[in-house]
Amino acid sequence: MAYKLNVNGKVHQADVDPDTPLLWTLRDTLGILGPKYGCGIAQCGACTVHVDGQPIRSCVTPVSAVTGRITTIEGVGASAVGKKVQAAWTELDVAQCGYCQPGQIMSATALLTSNPKPTDADIDAAMSGNICRCATYTRIRAAIKRASGQKEA
Amino acid sequence: MTRELTGASRREFLTAASASGLVISFAVASKAEAQAGGLSRINAYVQVAPDGWVTITNKNPEIGQGIKTMLPMLIAEELDIPWEKVRIDQADSDPAVYGRQFAGGSMATPLHWEDHRRVGAVARAMLIQAAAQAWNCPAGECTTTAGVVLHKASNRKATYASLATQCAGITPPDPKTLPLKDPRDYKIIGQAKVQYDTPKIVTGQPLFGIDVVRPGMLFAAYEKAPVFGARVASADLAAAQKVKGVRKAFVVEGDPKAVQPQPGQIGGGLLPGVAVVADTWWAAKKGRDQLRTSWQEHPTSAQSSAAFAAKARELSTAKPQRTPRNDGDVDAALKSAAKTVEAAYAYPFISHATLEPQNCTAEWKDGKLEIWAPTQNPEPGRQLCAKTLGIKPEDITIHMTRCGGGFGRRLANDYMVEAAWIAREAGAPVKLLWTREDDMRHDIYRPGGFHYFRGGLDAAGNLVAFHDHFVSFGEGTGFAPSAGMGPTEYPARFVPNFRIDVSTMPLGVPTGPLRAPGSNALAFVFQSFIDEMAHAAGADPLAFQLKLLGDKPTVGEAPALYGAGRMAGVLKAVGEMSGWANRSKLPKGEGMGVACYYSHLGYFAEVCHVAVAADGAVKVKKVWVAADVGRQIINPHGAMNQVQGSVLDGLSEALHQKITIENGAAVEGNFDSYPLMRINEAPPVEVKWVITDNNPTGLGEPALPPAIPALTNAIFAATGKRIRSLPIDPAMLKT
Ligand code: FES
Ligand code: FES
Repeated sequence: MAYKLNVNGKVHQADVDPDTPLLWTLRDTLGILGPKYGCGIAQCGACTVHVDGQPIRSCVTPVSAVTGRITTIEGVGASAVGKKVQAAWTELDVAQCGYCQPGQIMSATALLTSNPKPTDADIDAAMSGNICRCATYTRIRAAIKRASGQKEA
Repeated sequence: MTRELTGASRREFLTAASASGLVISFAVASKAEAQAGGLSRINAYVQVAPDGWVTITNKNPEIGQGIKTMLPMLIAEELDIPWEKVRIDQADSDPAVYGRQFAGGSMATPLHWEDHRRVGAVARAMLIQAAAQAWNCPAGECTTTAGVVLHKASNRKATYASLATQCAGITPPDPKTLPLKDPRDYKIIGQAKVQYDTPKIVTGQPLFGIDVVRPGMLFAAYEKAPVFGARVASADLAAAQKVKGVRKAFVVEGDPKAVQPQPGQIGGGLLPGVAVVADTWWAAKKGRDQLRTSWQEHPTSAQSSAAFAAKARELSTAKPQRTPRNDGDVDAALKSAAKTVEAAYAYPFISHATLEPQNCTAEWKDGKLEIWAPTQNPEPGRQLCAKTLGIKPEDITIHMTRCGGGFGRRLANDYMVEAAWIAREAGAPVKLLWTREDDMRHDIYRPGGFHYFRGGLDAAGNLVAFHDHFVSFGEGTGFAPSAGMGPTEYPARFVPNFRIDVSTMPLGVPTGPLRAPGSNALAFVFQSFIDEMAHAAGADPLAFQLKLLGDKPTVGEAPALYGAGRMAGVLKAVGEMSGWANRSKLPKGEGMGVACYYSHLGYFAEVCHVAVAADGAVKVKKVWVAADVGRQIINPHGAMNQVQGSVLDGLSEALHQKITIENGAAVEGNFDSYPLMRINEAPPVEVKWVITDNNPTGLGEPALPPAIPALTNAIFAATGKRIRSLPIDPAMLKT
């Protein structure tokens, strides 16, 4: 099956089976490697992308179910919020290995887009689907605060 | 990802091994070679471009410990260049040029603190020499600042970029003869530097093993037996091959014995299995799902965690198999003690669970093998591939990608040899990727273990007797990998009557180093039991720890030297910063615990503050860390990240992690059954560097071990219930 996918503002054609997860379509067919594989069962958030601004786990989303505009870590900097989040992540040097961070940044950008001044509880709720095996949680929280112009505690 | 000078670089440098065994390579290339690509290479680590940018090579694998930034900082400091003009290049595996290249044991700082500064100093001296020759003045009259050589007397200056082309003709000075900077003049060391790859990480650029793409590359999935080392009995290869996109499915005979490491290796080799190669990884996985593989019977298929626990109990009361330490007379001292305590401790197998599952890309061309691997330990991988595939080690090129976590898992290279084998069979470049379930069920696990303690106090509350019957895994007189304990495990040498007995059980499950190997389990049991003794003595646990350390600054000799004075220093510091003295004011259900531990040359004391709810739920409110890793924190940014991450990693192990062995195989396969700490559970971690006049040491590991007993000791303070088995069971804490 050929699917038309709008990824980061560009339309791509992907000829894959309907049950192929969006993650593998992006990575192996379209060569968009930012979204990562960590678990394949919606447990870790490494594969998080936006569809029409909503964060989804691309590892469990069949390509046939995707209708909206897809944004990945490669394209998230095009929005003002995404750019701010990337800047905060850089300034505080959140990453250790960095493998989870594309997913963290996608979740954080979605959070700040809908909730520009999240509380700690809001951050916990929005970010607890994203595992960081290196446990950079202290800095993830601080970077979200910074990107939202709040005190970093 | 590939370096311009890979492979060929071996021939371009003379290697000078210093007395300490550290290697510094210097250019002796012809001018043409040294100036390939418009860049002037001054030595194996330093290249200067005509526009003034300096490229510094990082020799070691980057696994998230920040080494790719930290090692070049050492070179850049003594080279005397602005950090803003530094580019960093990742070396391939090439021990002839770089010496041993690995990420393990928190060793990069102690190994390279000195030699990497000297690499920079040598390059700087050569640039000065080039200027002095051009100006016809003594080199000793020249100075440098920010990438420029100055001759004050004649008011001349020249940029490194303009001088670098002249360095090819200059003999490098003996690095040992060069003076190094006064730390007060440091401009880079001690400054918080953002990781070099951070801009790429936050924009999702391909950096990791899983991101490698080669022209014509195929994708592979590899299925191995749940019971480690079992052979394939049958597999429906035809069904797999029918799946769209699948190119090939085949059985790999492998070596059933490759569960255990060969000499020089960590982790196993090529185990039997079935490979499916396809146009995409998803197709390979779908093909694999059709295999319905059955496996042959295997001698370890009856092993289980429950049986290990039962056997350990039985062994604990039997005569020990050996007694590696026996000071004084423990039995007599226990008999005459004013008070005695007995306790049985246990910890489970746990998995590394690097967030990037094991993977590797391999390509064959003209009998030569090229590999792109997220590995912590490339050279043993080369040897493993050479031996398994029957090729020469020099016909293998290994490129090291950034690793999505390491924690010791990637010291093994099982995934590398699998990729190499499958690529040769497939006749195409192949990226092998393990599923999360493959990764969790084919780990080299942190081994479980059992400790049966007895302790005795005299009338004054001094710890006078200490006995551990350690029941672990192994055969004969050896321990299974990372399942051992040395005879100087603290508080050995601090208690007059001290005995360690050991008994072991055979194990079919592969084990290996996990971040702070040994220590990550031993700190929990020893520091918990010391806390038990403190409470039995009616003492303040922190004061009890200080008393136990005594007043000698050091005990024993290197490599078994224990800096008791340094440990006392961090204990006092953590007591102050945490408000330990006021802990009695905490509300009901809350408590503070303290623990300390020496590992990887670092001294760490930590206090944990917990709240335990009526339903037994444990909330860690804060952790304080006092750390003594010597006189200099090289990159405070990275250092802090390592310590905070290590502490949370330890808490995550204590709160959640457990691999259950049943029927000879690991039960848990993914993060639904093997949870890791998430952000909602992560407390703030406050860190204080206790600066002492010792050489700087590493931070990848030593903050982890004491975090676990600090937590469990805090739970005791909050609830009066002693955690003697991990992970913590909230049901046990219900009130
Ligand atoms: S890979 Fe999708 S949530 Fe883990
Ligand atoms: S930085 Fe390594 S998993 Fe998050």
